[in-house]
Amino acid sequence: MQKGESMEDGFKVIDGYLMVKLPEEIDHHQASCISKSVDQILIQGKANSIVFDFEDTRFMDSSGIGLIAGRYKKAVCFNGKVYAVNVDRHIKRILYMSGLDKMIEMVCKEKN
Amino acid sequence: MNRMKMEFRAISANESLARMTAAAFMTPLNPTLEEISDVKTAVSEAVTNAIIHGYGEDRESDEMVEMICYIEKEALHITISDEGVGIENIDKAMEPLYTTKPELERSGMGFSFMEAFMDELKVESEPGKGTKVHMVKKIGATSWAERED
Repeated sequence: MQKGESMEDGFKVIDGYLMVKLPEEIDHHQASCISKSVDQILIQGKANSIVFDFEDTRFMDSSGIGLIAGRYKKAVCFNGKVYAVNVDRHIKRILYMSGLDKMIEMVCKEKN
Repeated sequence: MNRMKMEFRAISANESLARMTAAAFMTPLNPTLEEISDVKTAVSEAVTNAIIHGYGEDRESDEMVEMICYIEKEALHITISDEGVGIENIDKAMEPLYTTKPELERSGMGFSFMEAFMDELKVESEPGKGTKVHMVKKIGATSWAERED
């Protein structure tokens, strides 16, 4: 795969970093599809770090915690890291409550 | 005071239907964005629990989840119930990080989130007799001076 070549919608690998554009709402229904796609890309060895982009995300429940924590465990096995970017206030609160902020690097939206 | 009741099939696509409905129902109380988001999260947790734990993998098409919402004294009451397997040990189920479905990557934070985001949480359940979750959220409890939006 070439640098920056786009895969399916919402997933892109740039220099070993898998960029995941998350949907507007992350619940149990959405989370399982995203997990499968991310794991497939990690296992193929195309990336070892994951960047979750929350720019469009307005809602997340505890299924999102399972999604990120599960991917974190896998990324660590490949010596990778996990990042969460464009995090708004609601998402930030969920990440803090679950303790995920200690495992991943978080970049918040400016106005928050 | 207003009151509503809905019933929907126990499929994950209906998680968003339930939380959107609850959010729309509470709008006359003039909630803050934060309060709306709290209620949506709590409803999503309760409905997801009913679908994946209450009814589990052996699906039958007539399995339904019921949601009742009503407003009483500036507070939103929501009851979500299923007729699934029920919970043997409610205290254990409510412990943070406890999950019976780690293979589904459940974080075990469902009840903790419901407790954190709502003002009251009551769980009634018995093995074989389904589960009923009753939650209350006082709307407008934050004084205007503390509001950020």
